[in-house]
This record gives sequence, C-alpha cells and structure tokens, in this order.
Amino acid sequence: MLELKNIKKSYPDFTLSDLSFQVEDGDYFVILGPSGAGKTQVLEIMAGLVEPDDGTIEVDNVDITERKIQKRPFGLVFQDHAIFPHMSVGENIGYSIKNKGSGRNEIKEKILHQAELAEISHLLDRRPKTLSGGELQRVALARTLIRQPKYLLLDEPLASLDVSLRQGLRSLLKKINQGGQTIIHVTHDYEEALVLANKVAVMNQGKIIQIGPAGEVFHQPSSEFAARFTGIKNYFPARLYREEDRQYGELENGTLLRLSTDEPEGKGFILLRGEDIFISLDDTPTSATNRFKGIIREISPSIFGFEVLVDTRTPFYARITRESVQNLGLHEGKEVWISFKASNVRFVRV
Amino acid sequence: MKFQPFQLFLILLSGVVLLFIVGPLVGMFIATSPQQVFESSGDPEVQRSIGLTLWVSMAATLVFALGGIPLAYLLARHDFALKRFVLGIIDLPIVIPHSAAGIAVLGFISRDTYIGKFGSMIGLDFVGAPAGIAIAMAFVSLPFLVNAARDGFSSVPVRLEQAALNLGASPMRVFFTIALPLAWRNVVSGLILMFARGMSEFGAIVIIAYHPMVTPVLIWERFNSFGLSYARPVAVLFILVSLLFFVVLRFLSRSKNDA
Repeated sequence: MLELKNIKKSYPDFTLSDLSFQVEDGDYFVILGPSGAGKTQVLEIMAGLVEPDDGTIEVDNVDITERKIQKRPFGLVFQDHAIFPHMSVGENIGYSIKNKGSGRNEIKEKILHQAELAEISHLLDRRPKTLSGGELQRVALARTLIRQPKYLLLDEPLASLDVSLRQGLRSLLKKINQGGQTIIHVTHDYEEALVLANKVAVMNQGKIIQIGPAGEVFHQPSSEFAARFTGIKNYFPARLYREEDRQYGELENGTLLRLSTDEPEGKGFILLRGEDIFISLDDTPTSATNRFKGIIREISPSIFGFEVLVDTRTPFYARITRESVQNLGLHEGKEVWISFKASNVRFVRV
Repeated sequence: MKFQPFQLFLILLSGVVLLFIVGPLVGMFIATSPQQVFESSGDPEVQRSIGLTLWVSMAATLVFALGGIPLAYLLARHDFALKRFVLGIIDLPIVIPHSAAGIAVLGFISRDTYIGKFGSMIGLDFVGAPAGIAIAMAFVSLPFLVNAARDGFSSVPVRLEQAALNLGASPMRVFFTIALPLAWRNVVSGLILMFARGMSEFGAIVIIAYHPMVTPVLIWERFNSFGLSYARPVAVLFILVSLLFFVVLRFLSRSKNDA
C-alpha cells in the first residue's frame, strides 16, 4: 500500500497543500484535474525528483520520503517520454536490466518479451528519432515495466496521441492493470478516468478536492468544481455490435441503446450527457431513436438546475431546468418517458 | 539575387576581415619554397620540438580533462552560491597576459615551493622540463575545454538523467551512459580546442621552460638569432602539422558520433 501523508510543497507560482491519499495494491488510481493543478508535481514528489517541504510518503508502512530516486519502487513514464536519443529502442528498453548480473541472452529475452507486450517488437533496432509519438509512448512504457516497479506512474500518457492510437494504448493500460500492476495515472481528461480508474482523486490548484471509488466521484461530486470537471453521470459498461447499418450498445443488464459510431465492435463504455436526455409524460413519437419508460427516483437541485434520476431498469440522470420540473409536474415516484438521440450517445472503447 | 547597398557594405567589410586572417598565412606559404620546408622537416632540432609540442599538449589535455570534464558537468548541473564567481575564475586564464600567467605558475611550481619540492622528491621536475610545459599549456588552455564541455552538458535535458535515475541507474552510471555520450560532440570539440591552444602557447611556456624547446619557442629563437627567413620554414611546417592533426581529429570525432 502506498500512502502520502500531508505532503506540502511550495513552488514560485503555486502550492501543493496537505496532500494525502492511499493507493491499494492492484488499484488503477487516476488523479484528475485541469492543467496546472499540480498533478505532475505529485508524481515527481513520489518518484523523488522533487523533495517535498513537508509530509511523508510510505510504502507498506515504510517511510521512503528521503530515499534516493534510484532506490524507489516507482516507475515513472514521463509525459514527454524521455527516450534516450542515442540508444536504439531495444537498448532503451533494456537500460535498467543491463549490468545487473543477468546474462546476455536472458536480457535479450526479457527485452523481447516486454516489447511484445507493448506490441513494438518490430521496432527494437530502430532509433528513437524515427518513431511516432505513439510508438515512443510504448517504448517508454516497456522501458519502465521491464524493471517491474511496484507502482507504475503515468503522466498524461494519452494526451499526445490522436484518437485512434488512444484506444489501443488504453486497452494496453487496462490489460497491464488487470495483470496485477498498480497504476497511478495523471490526466485532465475525465473520459480516461471514467474508463480506466477504480479510484479517482479530483485535484485543483494544488489540492485534492474529492477522492473515492470512481463511481462515487462521478455520481456524487462533492463540489461544483468536481461536478463540472467530472462531467458525465450517465456512463455504462457496454458491448458495441452492429446489425446491418445500425449500431447498438448492449448494457450489462441487457438494455439496448441505439448509437452512431465508427468504432469497431467490442467492449467499452457508453457515455451520455444529462442535458441530452428529454423527459416527457407520455410516449410521444419524436426524432429521438432511444425511448424508455421509467420512474423518477430522485429530483435534486444541482448547479445546472435540477437533476432527475429516472429508473428505467437502467438509471439515467437527466438535467432539466426548474421551469420544466414545474411545467411537467415532476415528482419522485412519477412515471415518465425519457428519450435521447442516437447521435448523442458516445461510445469509448477499452 | 539583388543586394541592398547595406548588404554589399557588410560583405565588403567581412571580406576585409577574412583577407586579414588569410592574407599573412598565404603570404608566408608563398614566400617559403617547398624545398625549404622539406629541409627544415629533416632538421633534428625541429623534429624534436614538434614531437615534444604534440605529445606534451596531448598529455596536458588528457590529464587535465580528468578534472576538467567533471568540473564542467558540475557547473552545468548545479546552482550554488558564487557560481558566477567560479565561472569568472575559469575564464581568467583567457583574459590575463600569458607571460604574466607564466610568472604566476612559475611562482607556484618553482623549486622553492612545496609543490616544487614534492615534485623533485618523486623525481618530477617542473622548471625546464616537459611537466612544467604541460602545466603552462594546461593553465592557459583549460578554459576552452571546461566551457565547451559545460555547454555540451547543459544541452542534455535533465529529464533524460531523471528518467535514467528512475530506471534504477546510479548517478555515476547516468553520467557515463547518458550525460557524457550526449555531450560527447561538445566534449571532443573542447578537447581539440584545448589541445590546439596548448600547442600554440608561447608566453607562459617561455617563462617556465625555455628548454626543452617547444616549436613556438623554437620559431621565436630562430627568428631572434637568424631572422625571418630562418624562422619561416619552421612556422610553415608547424602550421601544416597542426592542420593535419585537427583535420584528422575532427574527422575521427565526427565518424564516432554519427555511428
């Protein structure tokens, strides 16, 4: 278990204050916040590149705050990858296991194995300057993982990639985590957190605003900032499939949603904004292809007006104005219809 | 292409400066027949002096690089109080007159000083000996190595060193596998500059060791005793040998870097 206790650090332009959190072994822990929130600095403090002014870092109840960089159990993948430009891809990956008493063949095998995991075994002899951003990212990942760090630290690993590459790397990260690797991942993109994390810490201006299981943080944001930043409440694990020219997302409870996407079939997440859900009192035909009957379980005021939780076997959160609540005479327990367009349903593959 | 009058003016002035550098050298080559150069290359005294100059300068460069390169790394990577002052100290040998530098170094290593005494105890004479010449050469040429190497180390991103540390490498391994290879071009360039500057030194050497004669001293002595036409062939020969060395060294360092 990793535990940060009351970490403080002053920088010329901002301050990390009273940072505390725990990461259990096997967690996929995402630190979510806008740029400038201090997320990278948290990773640098853990890795020992920066010394905190105050506070302690404990790993399995051993204080490692003063430990040297090279003796810490953290493998950090930098946002800019920091690939050694004068070495081949293979030499980069093998850097940490060379001169460690292993034989040449053993090292070669390990490099190849790691490269295969990261799907870059065809690049081993290449020079870094000939690689794309996505390839460099995978080299950095393989180079870090070959050392088998107890904690894998990722600084905005998907930020520099275009959409098509993101999905591939996301799957890879998920796979690595499912293999038992504890991951601490820093991002400004709530979709990444949604899809990957089991625990989320929302951070802003050097402070942790909210921390908890991903579902809790997304469904019950504790502050306006967290609510705005975590964005979407309607997200469901789903499987995408096609029938003729139609695409369906099948939720875990069997509910089918129509959507429109170019993504290939497979597993992922369905995302739907609360603003895009309409509530009506009866089943009036509209242009929206998704229509469900449900019962209002909860109407709660939010920074956006009102949030109405409609249980249709699947719970949907609709965001509507005070005026609409009054006009439709909505109250808890009332039966209503919700509808939304296929084009407003997003699918993110894992 | 059309030139503005101002550009023509710039080109004219630049041409004058280039001519100023090339002119005397070309003039000297023209005034010296290949025959004369060939003869002086057979002169044992000339051969000895060129050999001495080359190996002593090489030795001075390599020995002082052992401390100079780490110093450059330290200066590139760390900020400390009085850093600007230390940088000023390193540039000092460039700005002070070299004869004055020679006097200063002589005061430090002459037989009356502790260093001089210790030297003669272990059989190492400085005054009038190659060791003294090497020290004089190093004194005036070390700034070239330290500054070039410091530029090289500064241009290596700290991130790469942090990444290597994070991968479990010791600071020493980081220096040898990351910093030094990536700064290598600048370091070699500094070594060559230091070597060249050491070879051409006259002022400081003539005060510490008139004998054995390095080539710049020999040229001066020939000129003083016999006149311009006797000094010229030695000068031409020395320039040719130096040029040959630099071309070869540059070539070697480049091919190693691009490999």
